[in-house]
Amino acid sequence: MEGWDPNTKSTLTRIPLLATKAGPRDGDAWKQRLKEEYKSLIAYTQMNKSNDNDWFRISASNPEGTRWTGKCWYVHNLLKYEFDLQFDIPITYPATAPELELPEIDGKTQKMYRGGKICLTVHFKPLWAKNCPRFGIAHALCLGLAPWLAAEIPILVDSGMIKHKDDAASSAES
Amino acid sequence: MEIEFKAMLDDLDVLEKSLSNPAPIHKLRSHVENLAALSKCNPHRRSKVKELSSEVVDSNPYSRLMALQRMGIVENYERIREFSVAIVGIGGVGSVAAEMLTRCGIGRLLLYDYDTVELANMNRLFFRPDQVGMTKTDAAVQTLAEINPDVVLESFTMNITTVQGFETFTSSLKNKSFCPSKEGSGVDLVLSCVDNYEARMAVNQACNELCQTWMESGVSEDAVSGHIQLLVPGETACFACAPPLVVASGIDERTLKREGVCAASLPTTMGVVAGLLVQNSLKFLLNFGEVSPYLGYNSLKDFFPTMKMRPNPQCSNVACLERQKEYMLGEPARDAAAKAKMEADALTAVDDTPLHDDNEWNISVVDDENEKDTTKASSSSDTLPEGLTRELPVADDYEKEIAIGSGEAEEEDDLEDLKKQLEALNAA
Repeated sequence: MEGWDPNTKSTLTRIPLLATKAGPRDGDAWKQRLKEEYKSLIAYTQMNKSNDNDWFRISASNPEGTRWTGKCWYVHNLLKYEFDLQFDIPITYPATAPELELPEIDGKTQKMYRGGKICLTVHFKPLWAKNCPRFGIAHALCLGLAPWLAAEIPILVDSGMIKHKDDAASSAES
Repeated sequence: MEIEFKAMLDDLDVLEKSLSNPAPIHKLRSHVENLAALSKCNPHRRSKVKELSSEVVDSNPYSRLMALQRMGIVENYERIREFSVAIVGIGGVGSVAAEMLTRCGIGRLLLYDYDTVELANMNRLFFRPDQVGMTKTDAAVQTLAEINPDVVLESFTMNITTVQGFETFTSSLKNKSFCPSKEGSGVDLVLSCVDNYEARMAVNQACNELCQTWMESGVSEDAVSGHIQLLVPGETACFACAPPLVVASGIDERTLKREGVCAASLPTTMGVVAGLLVQNSLKFLLNFGEVSPYLGYNSLKDFFPTMKMRPNPQCSNVACLERQKEYMLGEPARDAAAKAKMEADALTAVDDTPLHDDNEWNISVVDDENEKDTTKASSSSDTLPEGLTRELPVADDYEKEIAIGSGEAEEEDDLEDLKKQLEALNAA
């Protein structure tokens, strides 16, 4: 964890850890895991809200809890940039981390695999592997997506690759 | 097209009559006639063959392969038509491996990929610029069917790491309609030619569950080294037992960069690794030579390390541990079979021709008892040879801890309740 800012570190320590090592094909054990996922997501969301650092919405989009969709946003120069967020729970979960996707900015940055999967390889995958099965979706968002947004969105905005929705609307009108 | 050419020639006739000097028209006419002839010669497609012929004629696509029998390398090459091989990942290695197996006349190929062909793929072999935009599976089927119409091609455009994709993947491996008499699953070999850790783990999971022999391949992100590895569930290390790159170079497999972000690639390294992979596959399927359990390729030093990796008794993959147990249980039977085979071989050898007519010096071969003892001792996996100690504790005590810690509080939680709580937070 060297190199992480103290803020992220202290947040991380307060996200409840998970205990059940189970993937979507493990029946009741997966249900148990899913409960733990919810609990840590609820705790993390509450924490963000109370710290005035609310930055994502995520919920399972199928009853099995294997596909998740929602939104995430990042504030840069006092403007809010919002993106669709989606991912599947891989069958080898939790041995392998979910591949977080931001389909709207697919192809706009090199730090992304096809389909809008953000690159987690260096900053997150080793951490996930070391902490399997204690890390869950909330940890992936906190340690995977949040730093990616913080690193990439300012560059994408400053280089003009993405525009704020108000700017985009006004330039379309004129 | 033919009609157009005819009309053009007719127009030229009219022109020729109206002109005083018809020489340029003659020239033009001969050009048009040549073009018309060229347009007629369609690309030649051969028809399917009933059985492989060893006849040495230019028109026989299998004469050079059947010659392997005459040379004494392969006992029965024609068996290749009974085999099914699944190739996961039709990229730089997978596509070339598919072409090699197709040209060898393999019975059936199953191809899995969800990507499309891009111009950035053109530094590798197989795909052509005119296929850009097609799915890799469609483009591969197009090319492979032209090369050898005898091969049965099945393609699956999907991601095998998702729940649905994985189900389709395993059920396609189990499908035995091609060769109903075959034991085990519906394929003889699975080749993993993917570029990421997640997909390798998914192939590993499927093969461990189905007890399916597979081969893993990989090219390093700097494009100058690669490896192939044979994985027999229970008998050799599975991919979760010991990721090959950790073993080979001390790099953590999970930190590998994938193609598309910052990895390099070369057609040479990819071609070499595909060649090594398919060569090992042919040896495995057609039963000749020695099948390499692991073969590395370091192109900077032209170094080809080989080794054998035993399964990890503490592997994190449950299916792998089950296969290991089954393999251990089968050990006495295998030993007996091997012994019986050796004795039978010895008997036939003695029956056919006595090795020596006389034994002037009374030389006899004695069983090496000591060697047998040492192999027995090392085969029990938990005991370490003298002088060695484990660097890490034997098991992760954490799991027990959790089992005690949880239990009471969990009962009252309801999944629906939790879902609603999160939704409420999301709505606020």
